[in-house]
Amino acid sequence: MKSKPVILCYSRNDITNFVVLMILGFAIIPFIVPTDYWYTSILIPWLCLSLAAIGQQIVMGYAGQLALGAAGFMAAGAFALFNLELRLPFLPFPVALGIAGLIAAAFGIIFGLPSLRVRGIYLMVATLASQFFIIWMIDKFGWFKNYDTSGIITAQDIVIFNKPFTTPFEMYLVIMVVVTVLTIFAINMTRGRTGRNWMAVRDMDLAAESMGISLLKTKLQAFAISAFFCGVAGALFAFTYLKSMEPVAFDIKLSFRILFMVILGGLGTISGAFIGAAFILLFPVVLNTFGNEFFHGMIDATIISSIELVVFGVLIIVFMIYEPLGMAKLWENLKLRIRSKFSNRFGGEQKA
Amino acid sequence: MSEERNFPIGNAILEIKNISLSFGGVKAITNTSFTVLEHEIRAIIGPNGAGKSSLLNCINGIYKPQEGSISFKGKMLEKINPNFIAQQGISRTFQNLALFKRMSVLDNILVGRQLHMSANFLQVALQLPKAMEEEQSNLAKCEEIVEFLEIHHIRDTPVGKLPYGLQKKVELGRALATDAEVLLLDEPMAGMNVEEKREMCRFILKVNDELGTTMVLIEHDMGVVMDISDNVVVLDYGKIIGDGPPDQVRSNQAVIDAYLGVAHD
Repeated sequence: MKSKPVILCYSRNDITNFVVLMILGFAIIPFIVPTDYWYTSILIPWLCLSLAAIGQQIVMGYAGQLALGAAGFMAAGAFALFNLELRLPFLPFPVALGIAGLIAAAFGIIFGLPSLRVRGIYLMVATLASQFFIIWMIDKFGWFKNYDTSGIITAQDIVIFNKPFTTPFEMYLVIMVVVTVLTIFAINMTRGRTGRNWMAVRDMDLAAESMGISLLKTKLQAFAISAFFCGVAGALFAFTYLKSMEPVAFDIKLSFRILFMVILGGLGTISGAFIGAAFILLFPVVLNTFGNEFFHGMIDATIISSIELVVFGVLIIVFMIYEPLGMAKLWENLKLRIRSKFSNRFGGEQKA
Repeated sequence: MSEERNFPIGNAILEIKNISLSFGGVKAITNTSFTVLEHEIRAIIGPNGAGKSSLLNCINGIYKPQEGSISFKGKMLEKINPNFIAQQGISRTFQNLALFKRMSVLDNILVGRQLHMSANFLQVALQLPKAMEEEQSNLAKCEEIVEFLEIHHIRDTPVGKLPYGLQKKVELGRALATDAEVLLLDEPMAGMNVEEKREMCRFILKVNDELGTTMVLIEHDMGVVMDISDNVVVLDYGKIIGDGPPDQVRSNQAVIDAYLGVAHD
C-alpha cells in the first residue's frame, strides 16, 4: 500500500530519507572525509554523473525513448557555461549554469525529433547524431573554444556572490546543492502528471494518444528535460572534475557509461541513477585495490582493466535477464525482506 | 429496457456516413453508414474479420477512412487522429488490452484524467499550488472510480501483474476517467467467465444509467448483446447487414445466414 503523503507529494518515509541523506551529505561527510582525494576523484564525479544519469533516466527509463548521446548534451552544457562565463562575466554563476542547461535542452529538442518517427534501436542510432554533431561543432568552430590552439582550456573558477569556490570541498558543496535541488524537481515531475504522461507513452503509446496525450509534446519534453539535466551535469563535470574544457572527455564512451548506469541502476527509478553511477564509478576502484592487495603485482594492471570490462558485460547481461529493474529494485526487495523478517519476529513474540 | 431511464435515448450523437476503409487491396469496410443515438448502448456484432474493430478504430481516429465522414454532436470531425478525437469527448478500450503495464492501477486511471489537467512541467516540478490542487481533485475522482469498479484492493499494484479479468476492469476505469460522452468498448468481455461477464454488464449498465454515457460496444456473446444493448448493428464482410433493436435483428434472415451459413444446393 502506498503511504499517505504528509507534505505536498511526500510521504513520511520520503521525508525521513531526505533528512537522513541531507545530514549525511552536508554534516557527516564533511567531517569523516578529510582527504581531497575522496572529493575530487569519487564524490564530485559521482554526483555529476548521477545527475547526467537522471537525465538519461528521464528520456529512457521514464519516457521509454532509447536515446544514446548523453555525453553530447553534457559537452553542450559544459561549453555553453564556458562561453557564458567568458563572454558574459556579469552573469551570476547559478544563472549561467541554468542558461547552459537550457542551451543543452534546445539541442535535446532538435535531436529528439527523430523519436517522432523511429523507435527502439533505430532511434538509438539516430540519437547518436547528437553525440557526434555537438563534439564536431565544438571542434570545428574555434569560437566555442575561444580560438584556443593549445587544446587544453582551463575552466573558470566558480564564483558565487563574490566568493570563489575552488577547493574540492567547496566545489562539493556547490554540486551537492545543485544535485539536491534538481533531484527534487525530477522526483516531483516523475510522480506528477508530467511523469505519468512519459510513462504512458513508454508503456503503450497508442493508448496514451487515445487518452489525449500528445506524443509530439511529451516526447520532445522528455528529450528537452533530459538534455537540461545532462547539460547542467556536463557543465559541473567540466568545471569541477575535469577543470578544463576538452571535447574529448565527452566522447561516446561516456555516453555508454551513462547508459550502463541507468540499466544497472534500474530503469524508471531516480534512485537507480545514483546507485548505477556509484557502481560504475566505484567498481574499477574496488577491483583495482582488490587486485593490488591480493595479487601484489602478479596480475598486470592492463589485465585488471580488461577483467573490469568483462565483468561489466556479464553483469549487464545478468541484470537484463534476471532483474530488468536493476539494483534499485534489488535494494527495495532487500528492504522488504528485512522488514518482513523483523515484523515476523515481532509478531511471533507477541503471540508467545 | 425499462422506460424510466435517467437519460432517455435522444437524438443522433455520432453519425457515420458512407465510410470506406481498405488496406491495400483488402477492403475492410465498404460504404458503411449508421447513427449512434445519445445515451444508448449500441452493440456492433458480426463474424470474425467483419470489420468491427476497424470501424471503432476509424471512429477513434487510429485509422483514416479513405471515404466518408464522421460527425460528432452534429459537427463533422475535421481532424482524424486519436488525440483530437479524445479531446472531443470520445474514449475507448482496446480489444487486446492496451494498459500501461508498469504503472499502478491508480496511475493508469489517472492518465485517463489527462484532458482535465493542465499544469505544465514547471508547475509540477516546483509543486506549485495549481499542480497540487489539480492532482488532488483528479486523484479524488479516480478513487471514486476505483470504488465504483470495486478494485480498491489492487489500486497500487502494477497493472501488468494483474489477472486478465481485472485488467479489463482497469481499462474500463481508465476510459471512464476521461468523462467522455461516448465510450467505444472493443470486446470488453472477451475471455471472461460467466461471473466476470455478468459483473462487467452490471458496470456498463450502471454507467449508462447514472452518467448517461453513450456506449458503442463490440461483443461476441449473443446473450450479453441481446440483454444490454438498445440497438444492434450487424457487420459482415465490411458491410452492414442489419441495424435495429435486438429482437428485430435476431429475426433478420441476412443475419441468421451470416452467422449460421447458408445451405448451397
